[in-house]
Order: sequence, then structure tokens, then C-alpha cells
Amino acid sequence: MDIGLPFMLDLTPNTLCAMLVVVVMLVIASVTQLLLRSRLSADGYLELKQRINSWWVMVGVVFTALMIGPTASLIFFTILSFIALREFFSILPVRVTDRRLILALYLAVPLQYYWVGMGWYGMFIVFIPVYLFLLIPFGLLMLGETKGFIRAVGSYQWATMTTVFAISHVAYLLMLPAEENPAGGGVGLVIYLVFLTQFNDVAQYIWGKKFGNRKIVPAISPNKTWAGFLGGVATTTLFGALLAPWLTPLPWWLGLGAGLLIGLAGFIGDLTVSAVKRDLRIKDTSQLIPGHGGILDRIDSLMYTAPLFFHFLVYTTY
Amino acid sequence: MSLFKRLPKQLFFLLIVKPVVYLLLGLNIYNKQRLPSHGPAILAANHNSHLDTLVLMALYPLGQLHRVRPVAAADYFLRNRFTTWLSLNLIGIIPLDRQGQVDKEQVFEQCQQALADGQILLLFPEGSRGEAEELQPLRKGIYHLARSHAGTQVVPIAMHGLGRALPKGGSMIVPFNADVAIGEALSAEQECAPFMEQLQASLESLLAACITRRDARWED
Repeated sequence: MDIGLPFMLDLTPNTLCAMLVVVVMLVIASVTQLLLRSRLSADGYLELKQRINSWWVMVGVVFTALMIGPTASLIFFTILSFIALREFFSILPVRVTDRRLILALYLAVPLQYYWVGMGWYGMFIVFIPVYLFLLIPFGLLMLGETKGFIRAVGSYQWATMTTVFAISHVAYLLMLPAEENPAGGGVGLVIYLVFLTQFNDVAQYIWGKKFGNRKIVPAISPNKTWAGFLGGVATTTLFGALLAPWLTPLPWWLGLGAGLLIGLAGFIGDLTVSAVKRDLRIKDTSQLIPGHGGILDRIDSLMYTAPLFFHFLVYTTY
Repeated sequence: MSLFKRLPKQLFFLLIVKPVVYLLLGLNIYNKQRLPSHGPAILAANHNSHLDTLVLMALYPLGQLHRVRPVAAADYFLRNRFTTWLSLNLIGIIPLDRQGQVDKEQVFEQCQQALADGQILLLFPEGSRGEAEELQPLRKGIYHLARSHAGTQVVPIAMHGLGRALPKGGSMIVPFNADVAIGEALSAEQECAPFMEQLQASLESLLAACITRRDARWED
């Protein structure tokens, strides 16, 4: 559909409709929050209000970038990865001698998104897992500090893989040939993935709150219960099938698979960042997003769902 | 100070300092509402990096910046004509000579005058940037300064993380998040020893809350 606005050409009617649905969901959340005011404690109300306000800001920023176009979206994801990587380095026990390597790794962020922007799939897929994998230990040994070498190599590689490599898969969805997906286009794929990932977090939380009893891994997260996990995954699988024909080239039965994958991977990503925080004895990774914590707290599931959904989609369709 | 004279300082903070502090670095700020908006007050912060001064000033809205006066090392901030002009005009420091070449009384007088004018002094009671982000013994000068003007409140502030962004001897800024934890105001209307103990205890407990201060705890 050509609605006459050149900067909105990438959005199909289905995609625009999905964005509208998300906005309506936020309106419902805000109205519910106002209705609950008298029933909640002052602190509880403030936290709920902060969380919902932050959702408005996050959705506003993401949708604005997606609507302006692929370049703006790539810039947005570059900044997102930079902030996430900086947050990861800030909570890790980084050795002062490694500052120069850290600076070089920040420069890898725009490079990775440059490969995405030019659609150079081969480079996009090996730059961090192969080249940086080999270069990080080399850079560290040139800096000459051997105490804590192995830990530094491992933690810096992992930080770059999760915050830059994994997240850049969301951006690469925009580069997949649009004609393969007339229903949703590139933006539809991004919304399908990001919406289901965040929806899965919420679904697991609600199922766990309502029916949760037996804990899965109490040592890492006391809030993760079997009921929350199974109920959440089932709900996400169902919505994956419902939304797939609407936003992606996947038929409903492959949508079931994508939803299942997102449900499982989101759970693992969430737990992984919880384990990192347990190890470092922190509650939040930063205070960037009021009511949520840090960027890593928010994109923990996406770090796992993005590459898996991307390869599932490419294997089945492209 | 006239509005016209404040403009270069406000532009400097708006266009350079705030973007560096909030976009290149990132701040985790605890209890921002405890930051005094006018004097007489002393911000007593721990010292890890030359960025400390700029980060603390960047917490203030542009319209209040002219009230904040950092007491800063002359040997660093006045090391050449450019930094001297920048420090005196755009940052508004009260230069403190750590080698003791300038009369201590003179620095003290300038600080007293600032407090009398209702300004907010920014002081690093450790005396110098410590080793590896450890709290150094606090000096008592801050107590005597606070007592020199009635009603001066002393606000302890703990910072962590800037020592990685720009450590001692470092020349380039590497992006890292930093914590800025603001404590409850202390009054100097008491004996010196308990006041210094309160200040020390406050800074230590604020430091313990910092997200980025996990280096020492990985091992245990």
C-alpha cells in the first residue's frame, strides 16, 4: 500500500496494524494502572507507573526508528548494542590495562552494523564469532598482562557475542528480501520477534504468579516456576502460530515452531543474565530504564531469541 | 554574575560536558533529590578521576550551574593557558595548590566567600585521587570550612566507575557506566571527630551500593 509518505513505504498494512495493536495494549495498561491506584501501596503504584511509562518510551523509540526507515533502524540498533556492551563491561571486573582493547571492541559495534547495512551476510556472520574470537586474545596478550587473562578473554568475547552479534540479528531481519514477505515486510519480522519475546516474558511472569509452585532453578532465580515456564511457552507458541501468517512468510504450523523456539530461548536468555547478576551480586545491570533496571535486564531474552529465530526463518524460507 | 556571563558556561555544559557524561558515559544516579539546589553547601565526594568534577556538575540543571564551585587541583586544571581559561571561565573552579605554593588561607577565604554568597562548593576530602578506586583517609579541612559559615550542609557523594573511564595518568576517555550515590546531608554543628566518622561511614555505605563496584567481590 502506498499511503503517500515516502518515509513509511517499508510498512505494510499488517505491520502498521500490529504497531497500532501494541499502542492499544499500552493504553489499556495505562488505564488499568490508573484504576488500580487505590488498591496498590504507594511504592507498588510508583513502580507500576514507572514500568509502564518506560514501556511507552521504549515502544516510542523503537517504532519511530522502524517507521523512519532502515538507516534509522540500523542507527538505533547500533546505539542499543553500544549501550548494552558498555553496560556489560561496566559490571564486569575489567582490568585497567584492558582499556585500549575495550575501546577497540566498542568500534566493532558500528562495523558489525555496517556489514548488516551493506547486506554482506558472510562478514556479518563471521566477524565476531571468528575474527574477534581470534583477535581478542591477541589484543590482550599485546597489552602484556597475564593475570586474569583467560577470564578476560572469555568475558569480553561473551559480552560482544551477546550484546552485538546476537542483537544485530534483529537488524538483519530488515535486510532479508522484502518480496519474500509481502504480508509484513522486514519491519513485520522485527515486530513479530520483538513482540513475541517481550510477550513471552510477561506470559511466563503471569502464569508463574497465578499458578507457580515448583521452582525450576531456585539457586539462580526464585521466580522461575514450572507453571510459569510451561504456561508461558504454550501461550507464546499459540501466539507465534496466530501472528505468523499475518507478519511473516511462515505458515501457521511453522509459526508454532517459531513461537516454541522464542518461548524456550527467551526463558534461557532471561536465566542467563540472572546467573550473571547472581555471580556479580547485583540486582540490576544499571538504572537506565526506570522500573526495569538496565538495558541487559530488558534485552536478556532477545539475545537468545534473535539469532535462533533468524536462522529458523532463513532455513525454512529464504 | 550577569546572565550574559553565564552563557558560555551553560553552552559548554550543554554542548560538550552533558553529551559526554550522559551519552558516551552513562550514569547510575542514586537519590538525586538529595542534591542541594542552593548553598551554603559543600558536596563532599570521593575522588577517582578528573572526570569527577565534570560529572558532578553535569548533574545540575543549566540554570543552577553558576552556583556550583569545584575546589580543584591547580597543578592539573591550571597547567597551561588554555586549561586555565577553561577552568576559571567555563567550569568556575577555585584553584587549590596541592604543592602548597599558594597561601592556604587565601584558598580558604575564597571558599568561605563562596559559601557566604550561597554557593555550592565541590570538595574532594580525600585530598587526591586514590589508588585503584579505594577510599583514602579523609582530611579535616572540610570540617573547618563547613563550620566557618553557619548553616552549611555537607552532602556526602560516592562515585565509582570513572576511574576506569579516565584513570590517573590516562589520556583518553573509554566509555563505562559510573555510579553516583548521594547521601543525606550532615551538619558540622558538632565535634570534629564524630563529624569525620559520620562522613567516612556515609561514603563507605554509599560506595557499597554502587553497581559497578564489584571488582573485589568476584573472588570470594
